[in-house]
Amino acid sequence: MSARRIGRDKGTLSFTFDGRPYKGREGDTIASALLANGVKVVGRSFKYHRPRGIWGAWSEEPNALVDVTVGGHSTPNLRATTEYLRDRMAVRSVNASPSAVADRHGYLDRFARFLPAGFYYKTFLWPDWHLFEPRIRAMAGLGRVDPQNHPAADNPFINAHCDVLVVGAGPAGLAAAMSASAAGKSVVLVDDHAEAGGSLLQRDAEIDGVPGPQWAADCVAALQAAGQRVLLRATAYGIYDHNLACIWQRRDWAPDAQWRIRAKQIIVAAGAIERPLVFPDNDRPGVMSADAALFYLKRHDILVGDRIVLATNNDGAYAVAAALQKAGAKVIVADTRKSFAAEIARGLQVKQGVAVEAVHGTNGVEAVTVGGMRLEADCLLVSGGYTPTVHLFCQALGKLRFDEAIAAFLPGNPVPGMTVIGAANGTFGLAALLAEAHSAGDGAGEPPRSAGDEPPFRIEPAWPAGGAKGRQWIDFQNDVTLKDVELAARENFRSVEHLKRYTTLGMATDQGKTSNMNGLAAMAAITGRTIAETGTTTYRPPFTPVPLTVVAGRRRGELFNPMRRLALENAHRAAGAAFREYGGWLRPAWFGSGSAFDEIQREARQSRETVGILDGSPLGKIEVMGPDAGALVDFNSYNTISTLKPGRIRYGFMLTENGVVYDDGVVAKVADDHYIVSCSSGHVAGVTMRLEEWRQDRFDPARVVVHNSTPQWATLTATGPNSKKLLAELGLGIDLSDEALPHMAFAEGRFQDAPARVARVSFTGDRSYEISVPTGRARALLAAMAEIGWGLDAVLLGSEALLLLRAEKGYLIAGKDTDGTTMPHDLGVSGPRDKRQGEYVGKRSLFTEEAMRDDRKQFVGLTVDGREPLATGAHGAETNSGKRRSLGYVTSSYFSPTLQRPIALGLIERGQSRMGEEVEIFHLGEIRRARITAPCAYDPEGARLNG
Amino acid sequence: MQLFSCPFCGPRDETEFHFGAEAGNVRPEPAASTSAEAWADYLHFETNPKGPSREIWVHTTCGEFFLMERDTVTHEVKGSQSLRRGEA
Repeated sequence: MSARRIGRDKGTLSFTFDGRPYKGREGDTIASALLANGVKVVGRSFKYHRPRGIWGAWSEEPNALVDVTVGGHSTPNLRATTEYLRDRMAVRSVNASPSAVADRHGYLDRFARFLPAGFYYKTFLWPDWHLFEPRIRAMAGLGRVDPQNHPAADNPFINAHCDVLVVGAGPAGLAAAMSASAAGKSVVLVDDHAEAGGSLLQRDAEIDGVPGPQWAADCVAALQAAGQRVLLRATAYGIYDHNLACIWQRRDWAPDAQWRIRAKQIIVAAGAIERPLVFPDNDRPGVMSADAALFYLKRHDILVGDRIVLATNNDGAYAVAAALQKAGAKVIVADTRKSFAAEIARGLQVKQGVAVEAVHGTNGVEAVTVGGMRLEADCLLVSGGYTPTVHLFCQALGKLRFDEAIAAFLPGNPVPGMTVIGAANGTFGLAALLAEAHSAGDGAGEPPRSAGDEPPFRIEPAWPAGGAKGRQWIDFQNDVTLKDVELAARENFRSVEHLKRYTTLGMATDQGKTSNMNGLAAMAAITGRTIAETGTTTYRPPFTPVPLTVVAGRRRGELFNPMRRLALENAHRAAGAAFREYGGWLRPAWFGSGSAFDEIQREARQSRETVGILDGSPLGKIEVMGPDAGALVDFNSYNTISTLKPGRIRYGFMLTENGVVYDDGVVAKVADDHYIVSCSSGHVAGVTMRLEEWRQDRFDPARVVVHNSTPQWATLTATGPNSKKLLAELGLGIDLSDEALPHMAFAEGRFQDAPARVARVSFTGDRSYEISVPTGRARALLAAMAEIGWGLDAVLLGSEALLLLRAEKGYLIAGKDTDGTTMPHDLGVSGPRDKRQGEYVGKRSLFTEEAMRDDRKQFVGLTVDGREPLATGAHGAETNSGKRRSLGYVTSSYFSPTLQRPIALGLIERGQSRMGEEVEIFHLGEIRRARITAPCAYDPEGARLNG
Repeated sequence: MQLFSCPFCGPRDETEFHFGAEAGNVRPEPAASTSAEAWADYLHFETNPKGPSREIWVHTTCGEFFLMERDTVTHEVKGSQSLRRGEA
């Protein structure tokens, strides 16, 4: 026989495991449903492909990992013990082919003695490990990722805060939450099960006169009635700085959520995990945690065997034996201890002072040899003691102490803002635990009372030691045996951190929940140290594996780094725009359905002939206002700005304190106490922050304010010979004569019923006007300009044509035509450096040894023969005695439709003193010759600015 | 994620803040009489203390720069203070 369901209700949910159909109940986990159907082998071990059965009942499970397909979505490596069964679920064992019970790599186990820890790295050194790695990785592994599964980025983050966060809704957690709630605190209670109660759901107990499960349900109802939050199926998996808890909440009604709860106090009542005893073949299917057997009996009506041997070293497992016997199984307890309190063994068949010597059977338990005697059995339950779940405490940098009395590591030092209670704190008795929890919650009133006397918990450790016979498993999931620990000790990997990394002990997806204690105890015994001296490895989040979709939340795909969108995006789309990203903005790159090259050439050519209309809304519009506005703007600029007359505009650079050009742009002086800094669109946030920093650091913040109004204004640019005509017909109420509004002037008017700002600046070299209106008027302005433009043969300009037009003029783009070393004098602008008095950002850096070198890379134009433009990024090269050296590089390169030849800009060493010289341009093995020229290739006199 | 305290907005997640500079790094002026060493010291050399530190941070959502005292080892935030005149 094997495990079976003793209840009459076999369930109506259909599911398959390795292709075979089964039935399960609502409320089953995959593991309980498999047990109910008598499935013994649920997977194959990671390395040796040993058949494995279900060991545990919840998140500690090392063996039962499965790939699950439900509703068309596959998820690999889920723990069968923590996944609830759903109708029409397809479950597949991992690391097994074709099925868990008949795995074609099962033969590997026969070679186990040749495959100790570190075997692969020692053996497959020659000629190269990487030759062998793919096949070895394919043989040892876990589930399969479904490449078709692209889960939607729809997992929300939910932020919350509370006075008290209680982790674990067992008796301790519930009592603490009730107590804190009664003390008037805001409480969040989380538990990863679907039902509150923890051990009360399987251990018989009575609290405050009602059965344990009833008391738990009453507590939850009372907490909710008091307005407290109870999150079930929610795993607190990580504790981060300043008491932030991250919680993965499973939700059936919506995509899973990540809660980020900041709590004044975190009460950890996470319970304890039963650990295995270590004996030969202790990993066989049918060898199971005693506590898990009770869990399946009480919660799922499953009897794990009819003839059960229960091996223990402690008192805790006797209640399990009694419950199983009562349910109809024949139970023999094999206690490693020679003496124990007689009352716990009443009514049970017990063998004293015996250990398990052999487990018979491969795909299931057939018999067990205990104390030299063979006992026929179909199930071997094991209890090696309880390991308190101190993970969250240790993540919060708590230190552990080893308690000999209960053979467990317990919280050792107080951690501010955190309290550990109940079994997680080594308090196993119900009465003591309720009192401790009540006092942790705040202690007002009386603690809940449990019925009956409890004998104290007693355990005699039966730690694994060296020199043992057979293969005794320490870590089931990563296939680490006692011999591997001995090998590690022999090769001097004796620190637990080395042990872990050398043998992979505790490095599997269960993170050693059942194996770490036995592993370090074995190492302690082998090296003659105490367990306390040997210590534990470092605990890190997450407590259990958390899907990356939950960690990433909605910050994926388009929302990972959202692009900024233009108010006129739809209008541009309707006009046939092809969009690209520029400095974080999604902007029209060109219009029309022809080839990009043709459309860009057409737009550029036509705007030089008639008028181009461009959406320049992302251009910076940072307002600086107040009596000290001029001084702040001056300090931040390489060029003095405040000497302008109101209504005039100046071009200049903004430097970093390192003297490097951070941005270029124009500043309009609206009035003595009002400036508008129009920086490049990709630098708006940065420039605003710089202005703000100096404002607060150096100026009286009451006398100057900085406000980024970029998103409030839409800006459309008219550029080209017909631009003035177009503006005139817009009727903005502005005198457009060149006397009133010359190049580099600013005026305010009205567009329809809204304010309008006009800046006569040019990034194309042609007469241009930038018209800004409140964003809400953007559509109306575009419509008006398009209508007027119809009669003027206007063209819509995308960003690419603009980039081309400005390159013809040699106008630079900061960050494209400059790099992290470029100073203003490298761009040929040395007036302020030579003459400007007073302080400005970056000034001292312009006079360092480095800044004064005469071999700096300087901004130049580059011309080549033929019609093929130079490659952007190609290096200027110099060959000296056979060695090639970079002289700089090409920063911008286009084919000019106006000049009918390639144009290019670049940063070339000593470029400004090499005008007319030829330089080799090296790109992908090819060399072309280019002539160094001034950056401006078109209309150097600037006549077209007024054309 | 740490919890920082803006003197104007109160405690907020650290993602709302940017580090500004170590406190007390005074800009040497005027440029003409500032040695290369003094300037390099201002630009590049940080104390980078292990333990208690005094730093300038900016709360990006309100734009205010302020002084924060914290411990770089324990991550304890001891307090923060406005830099407005007369307050720091």
